[in-house]
Amino acid sequence: MGITTMKSNKIGYFLHEGISSIFNHGFMSFASVCIIIACLLIMGSFSLVALNVNNIIEVLESDNQVIAYVSEDYTEEEARALQPQLEQVANVSSVVFVTRDEAFDEFSGQYEDTGLLEDLGSDFLRDRYEIYMDDISLMQETKTALEQVTGIAEVSAHLEIAQGFTAIRNTVSIISLILAAILFVVSLFIMSNTIKLTTFERREEIAIMKMVGATSAFIRWPFIVEGLFLGLIGSLTAYVMQWGVYRLIEDRVVEVSGLAFLEVIDFNVIAVPLLIAFIAVGFCVGVIGSSVAIKNYLKV
Amino acid sequence: MIVMRDVFKAYENGTKALKGINMEINDGEFAFLVGPSGSGKSTIIKLITGEVACTDGTVIVNGFDMNKIKLSKMHKVRRTLGVIFQDFRLIEDKTVYENVAFAMRVVGASKKEINKRVPYVLDLVGLDTRSNRRPNEISGGEQQRVAIARALVNNPRMIIADEPTGNLDPARSLEIMMMLEKINELGTTMLVVTHERELVNQFSKRVIAIDGGRIISDGMDGYYNYEEQ
Repeated sequence: MGITTMKSNKIGYFLHEGISSIFNHGFMSFASVCIIIACLLIMGSFSLVALNVNNIIEVLESDNQVIAYVSEDYTEEEARALQPQLEQVANVSSVVFVTRDEAFDEFSGQYEDTGLLEDLGSDFLRDRYEIYMDDISLMQETKTALEQVTGIAEVSAHLEIAQGFTAIRNTVSIISLILAAILFVVSLFIMSNTIKLTTFERREEIAIMKMVGATSAFIRWPFIVEGLFLGLIGSLTAYVMQWGVYRLIEDRVVEVSGLAFLEVIDFNVIAVPLLIAFIAVGFCVGVIGSSVAIKNYLKV
Repeated sequence: MIVMRDVFKAYENGTKALKGINMEINDGEFAFLVGPSGSGKSTIIKLITGEVACTDGTVIVNGFDMNKIKLSKMHKVRRTLGVIFQDFRLIEDKTVYENVAFAMRVVGASKKEINKRVPYVLDLVGLDTRSNRRPNEISGGEQQRVAIARALVNNPRMIIADEPTGNLDPARSLEIMMMLEKINELGTTMLVVTHERELVNQFSKRVIAIDGGRIISDGMDGYYNYEEQ
């Protein structure tokens, strides 16, 4: 009972001191929150752009299939019989059999004047398989494997497009990651320096606390509470602003018909993970920043 | 109790502050530590409070070997000490009561304990009517009494007063010194650092004189007989 009361006393003290300090150093607190908001908004915006680019690429990738042409001397039945073997090939997610007649219909459908094509007939085309992959970056390996299947005469794959998609995806991911890391460190640095100013103002108080026998933890906690609250306030505000900006962009993309090919991820889908990420970053920036700031004063 | 055996202290800049200090201050004793500026008085205080570590020798403070104690456990030593400074070191935006209560709160005392102990200590130093004033609303002598109350409030085994009367006029200085003597009579060991000859000579206490990092006299006759160069 006694220990519990002492602990709750201490927690009450830490909360009171931490929160009081936010208001006592109003301008510095405001500056810290603004910095966290700015950094989180930039970090969040880049992450969301990366996420959407990834999503768009995934959609485009799903349309980017490999065509495996069956040998001309295979009958339609023999060609159809190849399907299980093709499905066994690594990285193949699905296969669709297209007869030479279906291919001809599709081909001729692309032209208005089909007179010439009708004379030609479908015999100049081959039965084929449209093959979809799990990972487009492995297109070359998949193509080689498909070519090994007996009965497949030729495999047509747009390797340069696949490589382009992969390169874009990787570049966007790497840039976002580097930017997020830089901004995280910047936030941490600014947060730490802001709390350092607060601790500098209170250095005499800290020295007295040390002199009368306060533990380092006891001195540190109010500052951590302060950092934690500043981090949380900053992250929640940034989240609301990010939500507003995202919705605005989402609406604009829908409105502008030329951008209809862009499939923007619905905010509701990412709302919870984004909130968790923002709070986590705000929490870390606040706690780590304040811990670093107070460290030097506790070495005595 | 303080025990110092062959204590040497050299700072990183090469200054040799202490050159083989041997002294013992027993529980319940009252001792003056005197000497000119730069003689090593402050270094001795810093060794006792754990602000610096000695280069060589042994320092034992209230049973704690200062060479062996970890920084994370230093608060245990400091809780046995009360420290009073020349410049009072009060928190300006806290009242007299809050300044004293603060010292109890930071060592984890409950509100009930604080409410009981602080008025008692303020009464002891004669500041019971000044408890709601802020440091800048009271005199220098009163501010030093607040510092004494703060040093006393956690019931330390020893009080270390570093030039406690340095900023006070002679009448207030005597008043503060008599208060420290009274506290000592109640059982608290007292180590007072000062260079005020007249004041020291008004009390029949032990006087340890230090110069150039060495103890040059240690007498129980209560007389500050060292002539400053």
